[in-house]
Amino acid sequence: MSTTSPSILPTTDPASEALLSVRDLHVHFPTQDGLVKAVNGLTFDLERGKTLGIVGESGSGKSVSSMAIMGLHRGTNAKLSGEIVLDGVNLLDISAEEMRKKRGREVSMIFQDPLSAMHPYYTVGNQIAEAYRVHHDVSRKVAKQRAVEMLDRVGIPNPDKRVNDYPHQFSGGMRQRAMIAMGLINDPNLLIADEPTTALDVTVQAQILDLLQDLQREFNSAVIIITHDLGVVAEMADDVLVMYAGRAVEYGPCKEILTHPEMPYTWGLLSSVPDLTGDTDARLIPIPGNPPSLLNPPSGCAFHPRCPHREKVPGDLCRTELPMLVPGQRGPMHTKRCHLPNADAIYAAEVLPVIAPDLAEEL
Amino acid sequence: MLAYVIRRVFAGVIMLIVMSIVTFALFFASPIDQASFICGKNCSAAQKAQTAAAMGYDDSFANQWVDFAKGVVQGRDYPDDPELRKTAPETIVHCDAPCLGYSRERGDTVTNLIKDTFPVSFSLAISAFVLWIVGGVLLGVTAALKKGTIIDRGLVGLSLVAYAFPTFFVGLVLYKFVAIKWGLTDIPRYTSIAEGGVGGWLSSLTLPAITLAVFFMAAYVRMTRSYVIESFQEDYVRTARSKGLRERTVTFKHALRAALTPIVTMAGLDFAGLMGGAIITESVFNYPGMGKLAVRASSDFDLPTTVGLVVLLAAFVIVANIIVDLLYAVIDPRVRLG
Repeated sequence: MSTTSPSILPTTDPASEALLSVRDLHVHFPTQDGLVKAVNGLTFDLERGKTLGIVGESGSGKSVSSMAIMGLHRGTNAKLSGEIVLDGVNLLDISAEEMRKKRGREVSMIFQDPLSAMHPYYTVGNQIAEAYRVHHDVSRKVAKQRAVEMLDRVGIPNPDKRVNDYPHQFSGGMRQRAMIAMGLINDPNLLIADEPTTALDVTVQAQILDLLQDLQREFNSAVIIITHDLGVVAEMADDVLVMYAGRAVEYGPCKEILTHPEMPYTWGLLSSVPDLTGDTDARLIPIPGNPPSLLNPPSGCAFHPRCPHREKVPGDLCRTELPMLVPGQRGPMHTKRCHLPNADAIYAAEVLPVIAPDLAEEL
Repeated sequence: MLAYVIRRVFAGVIMLIVMSIVTFALFFASPIDQASFICGKNCSAAQKAQTAAAMGYDDSFANQWVDFAKGVVQGRDYPDDPELRKTAPETIVHCDAPCLGYSRERGDTVTNLIKDTFPVSFSLAISAFVLWIVGGVLLGVTAALKKGTIIDRGLVGLSLVAYAFPTFFVGLVLYKFVAIKWGLTDIPRYTSIAEGGVGGWLSSLTLPAITLAVFFMAAYVRMTRSYVIESFQEDYVRTARSKGLRERTVTFKHALRAALTPIVTMAGLDFAGLMGGAIITESVFNYPGMGKLAVRASSDFDLPTTVGLVVLLAAFVIVANIIVDLLYAVIDPRVRLG
């Protein structure tokens, strides 16, 4: 890895509005059993003030990609290639020290389980103030005052008292609020939320998502929200990136992806969402099989062993040839990685009537 | 907090009482007749009875224990005979409170025996403790931070070897080779601070302390290493990094703080256990400590000394336990005493 390059040179057109553009990102981990290809050629853009939802099951490469953006694979044996350009700077080219200075200030991250993500021996206020002091040359007192303000902003009651509490004295929802306060205290351009609501109960989930949206508007940050919950995506995201086996399999505007998905894996994700208004006897339809091994990914399309529609593709294409991420039938904004020629029609005819009969009738 | 300490001390005292009863009971159950053991082979029945009376062995088990407990609180006379006190007070041995008994074999009160041997054991334990904590934790942290490198492998391998060497072997090598054959140090002989000053005291402790520390240090290197490595896997370390903290801060403020907490517990208990557990080291270097006293007491069936040492060492362990628990509450805010 080149660490000497002092490149602050813009690698993309400065006129482009993208705050973050990831180009052909690969993250591979050499292990004793072989090379684990966690992320293979991921490409996406994110503009300021927008939200990207990254969806996929465990092991699809969601978290590994976001850790790559944070530069948290540095110091491990992970092999990274491609480009991660944030504000015109390729994060893979800069030195560890330059990356450290950006971490928490230009790009910050909130984690799934706020109890284990906070240090049990330090007060919440101490941990939030620490995030501020590392990037701002201020006294402890000023930093603590700032932590109180942030706790107040994220809706912690009595912030001037609670700032001295330890994480275990907070409830789960309050801990996640405190994590958000910690993530936003330096007003970062990019906030990565890695399954921010998974460990919380549903009512608190809604509050946290609302809070994130409010703060995003206030701070005008770009947000990447990583989740396996399509409900979260529908509420939060402008764009959706569906990942499978370390690759993007479908990418486009949120509404477009949720209403006209063209990749059978996305159909599977939609089918496994419970319908609150539906028949209580109706069964959820799980995706058959297990997530693929990243050591020996299936040949061709990685999803083919689990795909119920592979017979519809002529020849043995699904098994032999990796489909490219190309625009589908609905325009260049919506790309998919699938050999099915008439996916939209198959979805409307075969999938939609099963998962949402009332919607299908309207069409 | 205070209520907790009082409760713990109270429970500790009860534990000590139970331990002394058990030790008493073990000697009572043994096939050896204490009085004739002390009195010797050519002992007439009358002499034997006199010995038994002087030591209180003619009494019942319960009464003997009560006498012992009374002695701890208010002192005791051997033999406790008002008649003799008038006629021949010089034949009576008075044992001041806290009296842990009188050893006929040693010809002294147990309290005095302990007073003589305690400084030796304590000096040994504390110097070994400092060595092994500083060495073990530093090397363990180093190994963890250099995980997978030759330094790590070397340290782990070395500590495995050190862990496997028996203490008497390490002691003999240091004593016979380093001190006697190569003459690198003086031949170790215990020197108190009063005799040789702090310098003399420390240099007299060097070899035995190393002997004693090697085993523990090896154990602590491996333990510290695994705690630190585990701690670096924690989510909060990832959070600390993602805040943009310097790696030094991540290591020392976040990872090590959590990793070293369990070591406090281990260290406190190991130290207390070491007070009477340095038997082999004391024997190899012929240091007159409590470990040697304990060995002689048990091979001589010296009941008073044995009971006295058991109660004292148990008290150390109990006190160390209480201190460790209090310390834990200070270190880890999640621990609430109650």
